[in-house]
Amino acid sequence: MTGRETPVRVFLVDDHALFRAGVRAELDSITDEVDVVGEAGSVAEAVVGINHVRPDVVLLDVHMPDGGGAEVLRQVRTSLPEVVFLALSVSDAAEDVIAVIRAGARGYVTKTISSQELVRAVVRVSEGDAVFSPRLAGFVLDAFADRPGAAPISDPELDLLTPRERDVLRLLARGYAYKEIASELFISVKTVETHVSSVLRKTQLSNRYELSRWASDRRLV
Amino acid sequence: MNPNTARVTIGGVTSQVVETVDRQPAAARQTRYPEPVRRRRGGRVVAGVAGGVADHLGVDVFWVRAVFAALTALNGVGIVAYGLLWLFVPQRDAAEPERASGSSKERQQALGLVALGIGAAVFSGLLAGPVSGWIVGPLAVALVGAAVVWREADEAQRRRWRDGAKSGLLGSGRSALWRILAGVALVAIGIGVLLVNSYGIDQLRFALLAVVATLGGVAVLTVPLWIKLINDLGEERRVRIRTEERAEIAAHLHDSVLQTLALIQKQSENPREVKRLARGQERQLREWLYGRNVEDNNQPTTLSAAIAKASGEVEDHFALTVQQVVVGDCELDPNLLALVQAAREAMVNAAKHAGVAEISVYGEVEPERVTVFVRDRGKGFDPDTVPEDRHGLADSIRGRMDRHGGEVRLRTTPGEGTEVQLYMPLHMPRSGNGSGKIGSGK
Repeated sequence: MTGRETPVRVFLVDDHALFRAGVRAELDSITDEVDVVGEAGSVAEAVVGINHVRPDVVLLDVHMPDGGGAEVLRQVRTSLPEVVFLALSVSDAAEDVIAVIRAGARGYVTKTISSQELVRAVVRVSEGDAVFSPRLAGFVLDAFADRPGAAPISDPELDLLTPRERDVLRLLARGYAYKEIASELFISVKTVETHVSSVLRKTQLSNRYELSRWASDRRLV
Repeated sequence: MNPNTARVTIGGVTSQVVETVDRQPAAARQTRYPEPVRRRRGGRVVAGVAGGVADHLGVDVFWVRAVFAALTALNGVGIVAYGLLWLFVPQRDAAEPERASGSSKERQQALGLVALGIGAAVFSGLLAGPVSGWIVGPLAVALVGAAVVWREADEAQRRRWRDGAKSGLLGSGRSALWRILAGVALVAIGIGVLLVNSYGIDQLRFALLAVVATLGGVAVLTVPLWIKLINDLGEERRVRIRTEERAEIAAHLHDSVLQTLALIQKQSENPREVKRLARGQERQLREWLYGRNVEDNNQPTTLSAAIAKASGEVEDHFALTVQQVVVGDCELDPNLLALVQAAREAMVNAAKHAGVAEISVYGEVEPERVTVFVRDRGKGFDPDTVPEDRHGLADSIRGRMDRHGGEVRLRTTPGEGTEVQLYMPLHMPRSGNGSGKIGSGK
């Protein structure tokens, strides 16, 4: 976590050129910790661009025509496992966001995030951490809520959050920063990050059936 | 769901264009040609044929009815003419203005004429020869039955116009079904009696069998045709619904989003106001696109919708961001309403006193209780030093929660912000099997 000697190379994927231009301008102006090395406006463009540029971090829009962020992940992830994806979305629909997380994104932030926070999030995912916004924490809690009458889960080891992870997520959803969560729960920031990362892993691995049922319960699909 | 209503508020020019496009066919009909015959909708006795003819010719409806009655006496010509006109003359559109409908006196008069006409027909039939006596009787019964069924079809059509495509082919309601069945029975009895009288029971049985067999054969042969027809109908309806929905969205965008954008351009030197407008519009649009948990009168019915609404109001009033996340959902009851109001008061306090640009609101519905946290990273305060005359926390939050069996906890440190924690026990079963939804927000 010491200062980086080379900036994080970032690739932007968003179908709105105006938004790309805005993010690019902000990221370039406020810091030299990150360096925008390319951008794309569609799934096909993104796949070609990412394969060509090989960035450290891809800022990935969730909502795009022809498949969205999840489709980009599907096409790139196996060939370039070292590239880290961070979902950046304006979407309110939980199933979009969860789909991208499940496809392998390392975190999710909303488009209303401030530039400083975005830079911090980019640096953090590039170092291997997961980044959750309060909203994503809410989505995940909702997805894993043990509701009465829910269908039996096939692999409990995989699908349930530990009470500690649940506590961390709740505090995240309440708007606490990692540091504040750490002091609230009397654990180290590193432990908080570990919990969050394992939540992310469980989200990615939790069985498809449960999630699709959850989405259809809410008439999302 | 009517696109017309949503379009009228902004931009006089555009909305006028829309209106003229919609009204054009009707206008063309009225101006270019003399008005065609249209059956009346109001003040009718059987099907509005006489009224329509009277409107067309510009004479009193009484005389038209009298002519029909007189023609009926001539071997029932009047009835046949009336029936044909009923078949081929369309009814007035529901939207077209209606002439003043007839008084009860006129109605009585018309009924008298109908009775007179039928009586005359029967009488002339009896006079014409001994044969027609037992023909005319059953025939009259069958005609009455047909009239009942046809009239019901008119009613069903009118209902469809009124309700949109909601009702089915025969309209809704049991009474409609009964009327149709009664009409069918009358027709069947009339024809049956006629046939029995003419041919005798045995032949009739054979004929009936043949007819049923033929009908069955035709039904089986045309099954693919029916299925295709039904599918086409469904497809057409789906396309139409989608088009209507799109028109509604377009109207909404047109209405409020463009208006907000225009306002933002005008206020561009006032960033606070710009933010407020943009946020309000964003929230409205989200609610409109994703959230449907609101009743017609715009009152939220679920906890997440209520919290979203309260957050939105605070955002609007104080020009700050309320980051709002709700996990799970349930129907509102008086206790939860009090909880939402207390949460709103907590948000208002934070907005007024904390001096921050963002407040976090987190709600969670658990099986046995509902919790709401309102948190800011602002000034914070020392609860012991709050002056006695400040009622916000004491009355609006603590008092309200106490009265409804809830609980309030407060965490605050000067310089580190405040968190108001609200707990409300939940007694009723949760709505549905996990009908939870993350409320709209950022």
